Amino acid sequence: MNMMSEAAVEKALDRQMNDISYKMIGKDVSVYYGEKRALYDVNLNVRENTVTALIGPSGCGKSTFLRTLNRMNDTIDGCRVTGRITLDSDDIYDPNIDVVELRARVGMVFQKPNPFPKSIYENVAYGPRIHGLAKAKADMDAIVEQSLQKAGLWNEVKDRLHEGGTGLSGGQQQRLCIARAVAVSPEVILMDEPCSALDPIATAKVEELIHELRTNFTIVIVTHSMQQAARVSQRTAMFHLGNLVEENDTDKMFTNPDDQRTQDYIMGRFG
Amino acid sequence: MSQVSTSPALGIATKPERRDIGLRRRYAAERRFRLYGMAAIAFGLLFLFLLLFSVVSKGYTAFQQTMITIPIEFSQQIIDKNNERATNPQKLVTANYPVVARNALAKVLGVSEDDRAGLKAVNGMISDSVRVQLRNLVTADPSIIGTTQTVTVLAHGDLDSAFKGQIDLTVPETNRKVSDKQVGWMNQLAESGALSKHFNTGLFTNGASSRPEAAGVGVALIGSLYMMLIVLVLSLPIGVAASIYLEEFAPKNRFTDLIEVNINNLAAVPSIVYGLLGLAVFINFAGFPRSAALVGGLVLTLMTLPTIIIATRAALKAVPPSIRSAALGLGASKMQTVFHHVLPLAMPGILTGTIIGLAHALGETAPLLLIGMVAFVADVPATPMDPATALPVQIYMWANEAERAFVERTSGAIIVLLIFLILMNVGAILLRRRFERRW
Repeated sequence: MNMMSEAAVEKALDRQMNDISYKMIGKDVSVYYGEKRALYDVNLNVRENTVTALIGPSGCGKSTFLRTLNRMNDTIDGCRVTGRITLDSDDIYDPNIDVVELRARVGMVFQKPNPFPKSIYENVAYGPRIHGLAKAKADMDAIVEQSLQKAGLWNEVKDRLHEGGTGLSGGQQQRLCIARAVAVSPEVILMDEPCSALDPIATAKVEELIHELRTNFTIVIVTHSMQQAARVSQRTAMFHLGNLVEENDTDKMFTNPDDQRTQDYIMGRFG
Repeated sequence: MSQVSTSPALGIATKPERRDIGLRRRYAAERRFRLYGMAAIAFGLLFLFLLLFSVVSKGYTAFQQTMITIPIEFSQQIIDKNNERATNPQKLVTANYPVVARNALAKVLGVSEDDRAGLKAVNGMISDSVRVQLRNLVTADPSIIGTTQTVTVLAHGDLDSAFKGQIDLTVPETNRKVSDKQVGWMNQLAESGALSKHFNTGLFTNGASSRPEAAGVGVALIGSLYMMLIVLVLSLPIGVAASIYLEEFAPKNRFTDLIEVNINNLAAVPSIVYGLLGLAVFINFAGFPRSAALVGGLVLTLMTLPTIIIATRAALKAVPPSIRSAALGLGASKMQTVFHHVLPLAMPGILTGTIIGLAHALGETAPLLLIGMVAFVADVPATPMDPATALPVQIYMWANEAERAFVERTSGAIIVLLIFLILMNVGAILLRRRFERRW
């Protein structure tokens, strides 16, 4: 009995190692801003329960690609996306897909902490409320507490849940934004340079948090910091001038990349 | 303990020659600019002070009114000689009440009932409005006929001016409106306490009158109030809805650009043009009544809409895009994003714009002249469909009157209008504070 279960565990682990399941698949994704083309036929797959880091010099299209994953590009006038992106098996650019539902499944954390000018509680409760995830006040309280705990913020704010979210420090605000995204229970969380406005200590906390969130969520993170990519991600994708240069295991990427440009970028020769 | 020596070998870099980077010139320019600014503000304050001083010094007397308190005998002989009031209800309405008042005052002053010139002079001291006042007293309670009641009646406008010291008594008697005899009586009555100044409640309750002492801004106040309500109820929702649609939902293309340009142009259209439009559309085409607060309100709504739309769009634009991204990223619909997050943050700006638009509309005169609100309206309008005037129009009409007593009333009405404008602006500031939130 004991042996069997051990074997089962081993088998499960084995499957995890070999059968990679892809949460999102991007095929020949191109993005145009008006006449200007920002992405050239990117083929990039996002693995489930994995942190995928997107790196590359400024203006290389990594944020653009990130924003195609929950159709935040729709809000930009003149932005056009071609190719195919699937979430599980759904084509997210299919006319039958509702963008509101998509964004409830693919949450987002932005570069600059952007809490709503409301209380901490209201910030976290807003998403579940509009999606009708909590029936009673007790359910909502539970969601808020769990989300804040997942974001590692609960102990710091539990006594002042009804004070303004904008009164927190920058790092706390960003973790509040993460809690807000987590509260909707998305499947994927997109993070667009979440630490670029934070000091090193706050950055360390957010990175630790990303590490923990991986068990429940699939995470795609855009970062300018190579060290951050190396610390938090399992897979790394390198963009340059709108092209996907290389996508690989993070360890391999930072020790023995396949592409010369990746090597140059990581060594700091450009970018 | 080694001695720390201040080493003479410590090299100090040689100071380079000082460059002329124009510091003196730059500071002088700054000082000059500050001076210009202060001069401009001082200039503005001076004129504001002059304006307020001129209006208040001329207008404050309008809030007081000279009144005469005398015992009046409601003589059966004059009011209803043949005792036919039971059969002829018109009798009490058409009775000669001014004579009742004149006789009462003549008795107090000791003027004989046979002295026709004296009686005429006495009559000139009492306002003609006494007719209405006594008639109302008698029709309300006919039993006072035959008794003597102490009644406070309005002094004539000219006597009011004289008592307030506004008539130059050094001018020859024939060239002024009050005779020396009347002035003497006035002083006599004032000494006995029968004639004195009271707070002028009539200024706020009475309608139009050709007798300045009985004229008030009551009808104009109610007309203005109706119009403000109509403007608020119509222009706020329409203006805010239009701005939200244009700013948040409408695609940015040539057509919406055209609309935007046109809204900006409409804000600059002279207000009298809106008056002509109102005359053509609301009165000639739609058949609404002339001089009505309803039409005035509709015209002012048209005039206020561009102001509100421009202010609202500016307020919506000022909401940081990160708030919109945050809400959209959580899966809020466009509508939820706007109504839950953008609109509350834009609220202070919207309210300020609305109240400034309303204040603008409150002080607008020209369009109202064209739709017939420059009318002699004595009765308080019961509904917005009834004839009414507006405060600025009332001021305009009084400014055209010749009597001395209308001059102070014109300034008095300006003070009332200014107080309303100040109250509205204070309201705007308070609402702004109330809704303002940091982000």
